[in-house]
Amino acid sequence: MPLSGDRHAHPIMNVPTIPEAMMRTISYAQALDEAIAEEMRRDEKVITMATDFTGEPMKEFGPERVRFTPISESVMTGMGLGASACGYRPVVNWRSVTFCFVAMDQIINQASKIRYMVGGQADFPVTYRCSTGMSMGSGMAAQHSQSPYSIWMHVAGLKIILPSKPADAKGLLKSAIRDNNPVVSFECGRLNTMMGPVPDGDHLVPLGVAEVKRVGQDVTVVALAYYVQESLAAADSLAREGISVEVVDPRTLVPLDVHTIRASVRKTGRLIVVDEAPPMCSAAAEIAALVVEDAATFLALKAPVQRVCAVPVPVPYSPPLEMAALPDVEDIVAAIRRVLEFELEN
Amino acid sequence: MTVATTALLAMLRSMMLIREFEELAIRLRTAGRIYGVVHPYTGQEAVAVGVCACLNRTDRITSTHRGHGHCIAKGADIKRMMAELFGRVDGYCKGKGGSMHIADFSIGMMGANGVVGAGLPMAAGAALAAQLDGRGGVAVCFFGDGAVTEGEFHEALNISAVWNLPIVFVCENNLYASNNAIAVQHRVTSIAPHAAGYGMPGVALDGNNVLAVLEAAEVAVDRARSGKGPSLIECNTYRWYFHSMRDEPPPEKRPAGEVALWKGRDPIARLSADLIGRRLLSESEFDAMRRQILIDLDEAVAFAGDSPFPEPGALQEDMYAPER
Repeated sequence: MPLSGDRHAHPIMNVPTIPEAMMRTISYAQALDEAIAEEMRRDEKVITMATDFTGEPMKEFGPERVRFTPISESVMTGMGLGASACGYRPVVNWRSVTFCFVAMDQIINQASKIRYMVGGQADFPVTYRCSTGMSMGSGMAAQHSQSPYSIWMHVAGLKIILPSKPADAKGLLKSAIRDNNPVVSFECGRLNTMMGPVPDGDHLVPLGVAEVKRVGQDVTVVALAYYVQESLAAADSLAREGISVEVVDPRTLVPLDVHTIRASVRKTGRLIVVDEAPPMCSAAAEIAALVVEDAATFLALKAPVQRVCAVPVPVPYSPPLEMAALPDVEDIVAAIRRVLEFELEN
Repeated sequence: MTVATTALLAMLRSMMLIREFEELAIRLRTAGRIYGVVHPYTGQEAVAVGVCACLNRTDRITSTHRGHGHCIAKGADIKRMMAELFGRVDGYCKGKGGSMHIADFSIGMMGANGVVGAGLPMAAGAALAAQLDGRGGVAVCFFGDGAVTEGEFHEALNISAVWNLPIVFVCENNLYASNNAIAVQHRVTSIAPHAAGYGMPGVALDGNNVLAVLEAAEVAVDRARSGKGPSLIECNTYRWYFHSMRDEPPPEKRPAGEVALWKGRDPIARLSADLIGRRLLSESEFDAMRRQILIDLDEAVAFAGDSPFPEPGALQEDMYAPER
């Protein structure tokens, strides 16, 4: 079953407005902790492994299900995969995504390929969590700051979530844990302290369903993770000039809800993709390609597709350099102006 | 150690089946009826058979690129194995894996593996599952001396010891990692001493003596089953043939005397001579056993040859689990 292209499992959903009384305002980090705790309460087969934990899962779930690991990313990645084939739903937290590069064989040669290689004999419901993105002035530098999700998109066989707000973080991670495939949860470090409303109860966000975060008419901005809020800020400032920006958040990169993205571009005729990964072979590149290779969407384009991405350098330490490597609201605004000012010659 | 005659005969038969399966696989690869790479297990049969004789169907194993022996010893169906080598739909992996990815999860055989050392973490995960299940299940990880130079060996032994996991690490030290002699790759050419560094028992033994393998494996498996934690067993053995072949067997580069020495330690000849000497098996029964194995293998080849190739439409099947 292909997970990109036109196949689309879910219709675009109009999420019903939830009364405020049924919402709580919590942080992105707390939403993720709650997702783990709720799934561990719901299903005793959910276990979690990491070198350290946020919150206090040990207090509630004990040392059998909450496993402090040695600093051994390769073995913990493979153990999660192995235990998932034996009836468990391990949640393995690599912490910084950069640490999992030492476990590349277990991720790429094993986790992404095994179900297919063995002809679908078994399912592997393992979730790998990691923090991703730039540190924004906290000086974590190149080996602790990266957004390499497109590497995993390229490797067929993994699902990928990339939430941009607390409610999505909770709902997507819960869905990831219940999914019967290896899922990588990229959790944007800069969003950890972001506060937002999260519905009470068993809040699930399905994998493969984008969300239109703001409806607009003139230009589509597909934004990832941290850059959803930055794009919303750009849209706010341009609204004062009468420019109507639609902001689409894919929320999951595999499966990618290309249907919603293309529908938006067919409406606006203009596309900008914003991300904090460098542009080469990136999620932004894939989204641009999926849009332009669809005939109806291609014909609706009124301007070249633009990518607003990071500068392709290892993330530097010094805050001014790091800021210079990252896109910001002004870059998004400038890209929007460029596509609006562009006129087709033919 | 007293081993029942039926168990001894079953082990002999299993070793002979592995031997003949591999001889056949080499011929079929040369003839172009199977594809990819063949890594014959020939000469090492006592390790897989001696260890798996201690295991239940629900115990789990992980294997290596040289995995046919582990499959057969764990009880896999040679028809479906052969169909997989033929790349057919009735193969264990529907023709998607081939020799290096052959697996039968229904009998706890979690897969051969094309990457050296990669099975150790997965076996540790199976052991974690067995520990959480609390039903006395055990995981066994087969790997070669070549895997000991991979980081995953050290990570897996360490975490298994720290967590007291029910796992047995079985190193098949066949003196060569790919085509490099062990002394080229290790300063300490014995593997068992590594166990002490991780706080678990480690023994080295004659891996061409199936009874010695069985005895050590029983100790280690019982230890794991009773919650006492992991063990490392180093089985000293030798592969009779090349590391791998594609179109035809490559020329032998190892010292002729060394190859001859180890062929003289044939684990099958040793067990059959022992059984015949103790009058537990007659020459004619031994011959009949071999004939039946050849008949079974002929049937496996016929089954594989009759099985259709996968349709192109199956290309994208089995990628993702269906939604529950």
